[in-house]
Amino acid sequence: MMKKDSLHLGVSLAGVELKNPVMTASGTFGSGAEYSEFVDLNQLGAVVTKGVANVPWPGNPTPRIAEVYGGMLNAIGLQNPGMEVFCKRDLPFLKQFDTKVIVNVCGKSTQDYCEVVERLSDEPVDLLEINISCPNVKEGGIAFGQDPKAVEAITREIKKYAKQPVIMKLSPNVTDITEMARAAESGGADVLSLINTLTGMKIDINRRTFALANKTGGMSGPAVKPIAVRMVYQVAHAVQLPIIGMGGISNAEDALEFLMAGATAVSIGTANFVNPYATVETVHGIEEYMRKNNVSDIHELIGIV
Amino acid sequence: MKIKECCTVISQECIAKDIYSMWISTKAIAREAKPGQFVSVYTKDASRLLPRPISLCEIDREKDALRIVYRIAGDGTREFSRLRAGDTIDILGPLGNGFPLEEAKGKRVMLMGGGIGIPPMLETAKAIQGEKIIVSGYRDELFLTEELNAAGQLYLATEDGSAGTKGNVLDAVKANRLEADLIFACGPTPMLRAIKAYALDKGIPCWVSMEEKMACGIGACLACVCKSTEVDGHSQVHNKRICKDGPVFLSTEVEL
Repeated sequence: MMKKDSLHLGVSLAGVELKNPVMTASGTFGSGAEYSEFVDLNQLGAVVTKGVANVPWPGNPTPRIAEVYGGMLNAIGLQNPGMEVFCKRDLPFLKQFDTKVIVNVCGKSTQDYCEVVERLSDEPVDLLEINISCPNVKEGGIAFGQDPKAVEAITREIKKYAKQPVIMKLSPNVTDITEMARAAESGGADVLSLINTLTGMKIDINRRTFALANKTGGMSGPAVKPIAVRMVYQVAHAVQLPIIGMGGISNAEDALEFLMAGATAVSIGTANFVNPYATVETVHGIEEYMRKNNVSDIHELIGIV
Repeated sequence: MKIKECCTVISQECIAKDIYSMWISTKAIAREAKPGQFVSVYTKDASRLLPRPISLCEIDREKDALRIVYRIAGDGTREFSRLRAGDTIDILGPLGNGFPLEEAKGKRVMLMGGGIGIPPMLETAKAIQGEKIIVSGYRDELFLTEELNAAGQLYLATEDGSAGTKGNVLDAVKANRLEADLIFACGPTPMLRAIKAYALDKGIPCWVSMEEKMACGIGACLACVCKSTEVDGHSQVHNKRICKDGPVFLSTEVEL
């Protein structure tokens, strides 16, 4: 049995050193305040914030969520307080913890994204995650993420303004995700994260209408995991960039699948709603797996399949 | 403090058609809970991910036990209804703000509950020391009337007229010429909308407990928002989080 301190869980994302590969998935964890009542944020590799826009966004009408078999649909619509309040209130909160801060950035136009990226350039933010894959807003979001030319163009434009390394978050709602991954790489992305949610729909047969006010929503949860693992594997073989894998991760076993498929780090999203302790339990579960299987460095597992 | 606990069912009883009453033994949740708060209740079937938010009907701090009274609304709540004494159940709580009991001091309080909004009025009524009038509105079959009658002066309304005033809670208020200085209410949105208008007309403060589909239950996911009349400090838009900023709001703070 190896001692805990002989385990190396640290990973690097574009030169940013994370103490372990476990982070939160944007939109499921706010800016950390609510979940800090349940988990010690110091134990996480990084906290990824909910999407931040240049101005406050009101989001979509309710109902915004619906449960589906083995998962859920959401159409929150990127409600957020805007970058000024985020920088003054949420960022200082996160900086109290010894974890990396990744800010998810959303916008309706290239200019919106760049404005946020520029505003964050001198803030204590470790990485930027650009959301070009939200299925729940009419403008921006996924509109940028389903055309390789648009992916490359927005990545290139954002890189002009960004002081921090840039993660492009990819949508699974495409014919070939490797095309989008290559486009982001050509545009100068430093890291890729995938997958965002899959567009879905649920009909409420009692109310005889859509379960969500937005009609469609993004599907997440354990049911999407095999799709996400497959896409991480494909993208890992298509580009040289490090990958943050996500999509239905609930525990260490799930996280290890993504690491073995080629992800350098993993994000836990919907599972937080099921188990508010899911993030830290995943860190501990990975350690346990490594001890049990005589793995001293997490890199021995990354991309081994 | 909010915690997720594996709890034990003490008893389960069907108290009306599709309405169940469950007493649950907790380690710490009951001790921390206040009237008007709720708990997130988890199903054992992993295909149903999300917890069901259920209001607290009674809190026994000495025995560290909670009573929830809930309606079978789907497969998740049906699963809960099949639990028996000794079975385990995962719950997260206590959640939300609860009714502002300090507002009730020295006032004649009217507690208005409609349908499955009736249960939280029981613990709230028990926690209020002064004069309290309880008005409960049912479709037809009554439940919790004995306990409510012991907690305050109880008036009934039924849609079919089988007990009390025929109609809704406001019809019962008019028929019995009830007057109050303060209203606490929980029930379907059309009922809360009518009570808000009634309170504005009477010039008395009114607190309403709201509901919406929830995911996290703790204010992170922004699924369960309601429209606020003013820009909310947390969201910076006209949205308040029902699970975290509520479920109880001053009626004039929210759009109904």
